[in-house]
Amino acid sequence: MSLSTVILGPELLEARFRPLEEALPASEALTEAERCYYCHAAPCVAACPTDIDIPGFIRAIAVGQPARAAERILQANPLGGACARVCPVETLCEQFCVRQGEEGGPVRIGLLQRLSMAQASPDLFPAATTVVRAQKIAVVGAGPAGLTGAHLLAREGFAVDLFEAQAQAGGLNESGIAAYKMLDDAAQREVAHLLAGDRIRVRCGMALGRDITLAQLRSDYDAVFLALGLQGQHRLRIPGEDLAGVFPAVPFIAWMRRGEPVPVGQKVVVVGGGMTAMDIAVQIRLLGAEEVHLCYRRGPEAMGASAREQRLARDQGVRIHHYRRPLRIEGEGGDCVAIWLQPTVLQGGRCVDQGQPLRWAVDQVFTAIGQCFNPEVWGEDGASPRLDAHGRIAVDESFRTSLPGVWAGGDCVGRSADLTVHAVADAKRAVRSIRAALREDATMLAGDRRHDT
Amino acid sequence: MTPDLSAEFAGIRSPNPFWLASAPPTDRAVNVQRAFTAGWGGVVWKTLGVDPPVVNVSGPRYGFWQGDNRRVQGFSNIELISDRPIRINLREIAEIKAQWPDRAVVVSVMFPLEASVWAEWLPRIEATGADGIELNLGCPHGMSERGMGSAMGQAPELVERVTRLAKAHTRLPVIVKLTPNVTDITWSAAAARAGGADAVSLINTINSIVSVDLERMAPMPTVDGKGTHGGYCGPAVKPIALNMVAEIARHPSLAGLPISGIGGVGTWRDAAEFMALGATNIQVCTAAMLYGFRIVEDLVGGLRSWMTGQGHTRLEDVIGRAVPNVRDWSQLNLNFVTKAQIDAHRCIGCGRCYIACEDTSHQAIGRVADTGRYQVRAEDCVGCNLCVAVCPVSDCISMETLDSGVDPRTGVPITTQPMNWAQHPNNPVAPCPSGERQGD
Repeated sequence: MSLSTVILGPELLEARFRPLEEALPASEALTEAERCYYCHAAPCVAACPTDIDIPGFIRAIAVGQPARAAERILQANPLGGACARVCPVETLCEQFCVRQGEEGGPVRIGLLQRLSMAQASPDLFPAATTVVRAQKIAVVGAGPAGLTGAHLLAREGFAVDLFEAQAQAGGLNESGIAAYKMLDDAAQREVAHLLAGDRIRVRCGMALGRDITLAQLRSDYDAVFLALGLQGQHRLRIPGEDLAGVFPAVPFIAWMRRGEPVPVGQKVVVVGGGMTAMDIAVQIRLLGAEEVHLCYRRGPEAMGASAREQRLARDQGVRIHHYRRPLRIEGEGGDCVAIWLQPTVLQGGRCVDQGQPLRWAVDQVFTAIGQCFNPEVWGEDGASPRLDAHGRIAVDESFRTSLPGVWAGGDCVGRSADLTVHAVADAKRAVRSIRAALREDATMLAGDRRHDT
Repeated sequence: MTPDLSAEFAGIRSPNPFWLASAPPTDRAVNVQRAFTAGWGGVVWKTLGVDPPVVNVSGPRYGFWQGDNRRVQGFSNIELISDRPIRINLREIAEIKAQWPDRAVVVSVMFPLEASVWAEWLPRIEATGADGIELNLGCPHGMSERGMGSAMGQAPELVERVTRLAKAHTRLPVIVKLTPNVTDITWSAAAARAGGADAVSLINTINSIVSVDLERMAPMPTVDGKGTHGGYCGPAVKPIALNMVAEIARHPSLAGLPISGIGGVGTWRDAAEFMALGATNIQVCTAAMLYGFRIVEDLVGGLRSWMTGQGHTRLEDVIGRAVPNVRDWSQLNLNFVTKAQIDAHRCIGCGRCYIACEDTSHQAIGRVADTGRYQVRAEDCVGCNLCVAVCPVSDCISMETLDSGVDPRTGVPITTQPMNWAQHPNNPVAPCPSGERQGD
């Protein structure tokens, strides 16, 4: 059995990925916007990690000004465009909509936000301060947290250097999210908006631990914000994991989205139960895999993927199997040919094996069981921030690391679920803390000068 | 027993009380034919004037206000009276009446104050077999600039003169259609009665600019960059019409004057409300223009079904039933106390009632911390009803009457003994024990 090679080009995108794109026609959007009750102390806002004024922006749509809606969204969340596309709204704002229990269900906040953000332009961000601060800040990583941090710091008047290991800014939004969620260069357009202006210098191809060191950044800059993401892939730790045809999902999605040729099997098994597992299962199916099975060792309620994502995967013909633990991958001449799965059951809250292992013939296996922080970035020399019990960077509630002058946010810290919207929320708080800390410094300096005179 | 909806208005009979008002839907035989086929009880033919016919604009003649889901709430027009030669209209009226003898066909007219015109045309209208004449003294645009329409209707002495003129030249019942663009509608009705009117119909359209085109900076509808004030109708005007109908119905010296209720009727409930306030029949235009003639089935079916449920057998059981309860403010019972009550099981926690009360009323609503639902503090509630207005959930907030104990807001004991302003000790003018209507 051999894998075919597919390139995700514009035609394939239009033919197979475009139909999965969700959108609200403008006429329907008006009706939907009018369904919003414009709640006071709205529970949807409380449920949004970035505190978007949801009734406020929906009202702007209802009165015919979607650009003003975008403006309101961007006030709270500079990545409002990406969040509108990737947020699991059914477990965030929409779950808490007061219309949840009513006929017609909650107001479709996510789609309304998406419609508004189609109007986005750099002019709609809140005005930046005219004060030019002398302090320089290094932001490491140009994913959602780093982009938000760099953008907000620049708006505060700081000079920002944004370092990115890849050739292009964007992080997981650029490379890790399913392609059908980010059509029409959505990620790159948003990056361009965020980095517009002359206060941010973007330096791509600069990896921490390879091209730059933390010690150097700490000495060259007044503050450092680490938004490194998670570069390591969790391994199954089972025999056969290194056979040809076995791929970690995240790098595979990155190749695919960059338009590189990717191998596509006939019979595919995806191991995992989160959003990435759904993303790869759906996409490999769209790329032409005949059979796609998703195996998860626990039950549906424990799955990280939202109900909507699971439904979407099923609609695309992905078969989801619960209570299947991978035992080993069988190879032939270096290629994977089968996966062995152990059925499990739930006993007193724990998953235990039950019954005979199953052998499924496959020609491609994806692992999507999470990512981990890669501590190699620290290099040999100098101090590194303390890590938490899960091996991510430990931070306090202001996103300060154990090192003075170093903050961190996004997936490289483990304070919340690994969502884009959480990365934005982290960065907002980190920026607030950085600003306060640097103002204190400035005040102290000014005080010193007064003493001098 | 199926209620009998047959109606008699100023001596004119129709199988149901729903007539199409004088307007575009009754402009010509082809429309009226379709209307009668659909089940309308009568029509008031689009207003006739003397030849040569008027000329309408060929640009847009309607403007509108659309609410949620693009539903038309208010509608405005700058159309004039019939723009067809009067002879064609008369021929068609005669044909229609011959074909539909059981339906009411009333002819609306707008003639200048010249006896010869009335003497010439009213007998010819009578000759068509029509059942009555309606005087258009209400059109607020275009015709009023020529001294007719509301220009006549706004001056009671002219209302009286023109009514007298009409009565002098026809044996048919004369219905005077009143304009709402006046300070006191009862003056107009009294003038019509003094002139010998058999009935009044109201309201005609309200003078209005329905909206402004902010691109062209001109009123809507915009004709070659310019606009003019138009006549406003549709659901938005119903409250104004209801009040004017009631003012006439409860006026002692206008007792017995039949009223044809007009203004935003689109449902059986609207019709029932007009009738309860004293309208003997109902005229409809905008709803038909928005939904077609079939709307009459819904009006008739709805009214019949409601009357059946209420045990009413004929329209007279409904007509005027609410009139005795329409009073001057000074006669309202100041000892009557209500408090809002929020059903915690229905409350969805939207906070609309809270912020409305907190910002703009009496700070009587609080949030229950552990449930996120809202609750009324009776000691602050004045019973204003604003929370009911803003609550998006039906039957969630109710106004409960206190019939015993003490009003926790004022500390005053609840009494079943009514007291109105006329009797209230705070009233600086001498209390009037009888509570009669004070000097009109």
